[in-house]
Amino acid sequence: MDHEGLRAHHDLGGAQKYLCQGIDQAAHALTDFDKEVDAIRGVLGAKGVMTVDELRRGIESLPEADYHRLTYYQRWICSIADNLLARGVITEAELAAALAES
Amino acid sequence: MNLLALEPERLLGAVRALLAAKGIASPAEIAERIAATDAASPAQGARMVAIAWTDPEFRALMLADGTRAAESLAIPMRGAPPLGVLENTPDLHHLVVCTLCSCYPRAVLGYPPFWYKSAAYRARAVRDPRGLIAEWGTTLPPATKIRVVDSTADYRWMVLPLRPAGTENWPADRLATLVRETDMIGVTLVATPGDHALNSFASPRPQA
Repeated sequence: MDHEGLRAHHDLGGAQKYLCQGIDQAAHALTDFDKEVDAIRGVLGAKGVMTVDELRRGIESLPEADYHRLTYYQRWICSIADNLLARGVITEAELAAALAES
Repeated sequence: MNLLALEPERLLGAVRALLAAKGIASPAEIAERIAATDAASPAQGARMVAIAWTDPEFRALMLADGTRAAESLAIPMRGAPPLGVLENTPDLHHLVVCTLCSCYPRAVLGYPPFWYKSAAYRARAVRDPRGLIAEWGTTLPPATKIRVVDSTADYRWMVLPLRPAGTENWPADRLATLVRETDMIGVTLVATPGDHALNSFASPRPQA
């Protein structure tokens, strides 16, 4: 019954590592960053640029250490950028230029 | 380019600028989306629950097709995955989790709470649900079964909780004020009025 070695790291149902961890029930208000990333994904979805499944693929293929290091919406923006690059919606050169300007 | 090495705020800034320049997502569209998402809240789900408690026809519709039930109350569901509704009974309690990520019926409950997305909640819900909900102070009679349901990217679940005792003759809008987001995920039970600190079927009824 021990599938710990086989499962993907986002597949957390029953994962032993977390079974003794308490639940942080405190309300964590979303930041402006969180809401904007969420909204961008929504707009991209509504316009057919990117699906939820593509978002998930990008999140689930993050290296395990990064998956747990990044906050929830930080994972999203990495996945969104990765998908936009993969689809050719933006190019690496354009992204590099935009990063240099920011 | 290694996206993971970038400061996420900077990455967002660059993506925002490129999407605006290419006419894919303008600041106005993004702002409109944020406003629409902010407008969805657990109050929508609570309204559905309260109407289901008072209107058998609506209850039947809600259990058969959550999406249509929500739409019948003018809750926007366009683009949202199908909504399934899990009916709690004295013998069967439901708990919703998304073990893979954070799938949540956002159209009727708003953004998922922080804890719903946590590794601990996702890991523990399917292994020891009774122990998990005890962290919220929720205790069920030992004979009550718990069914844990995994929300997915393609199908979202909410719980139709039990109507608490002491609310006979209450109108739906008053009943809705009793229903919390945690009740509709299944980590808590709708408390008997005046008894909000407790979450047990066995809790004593307050004196009138």
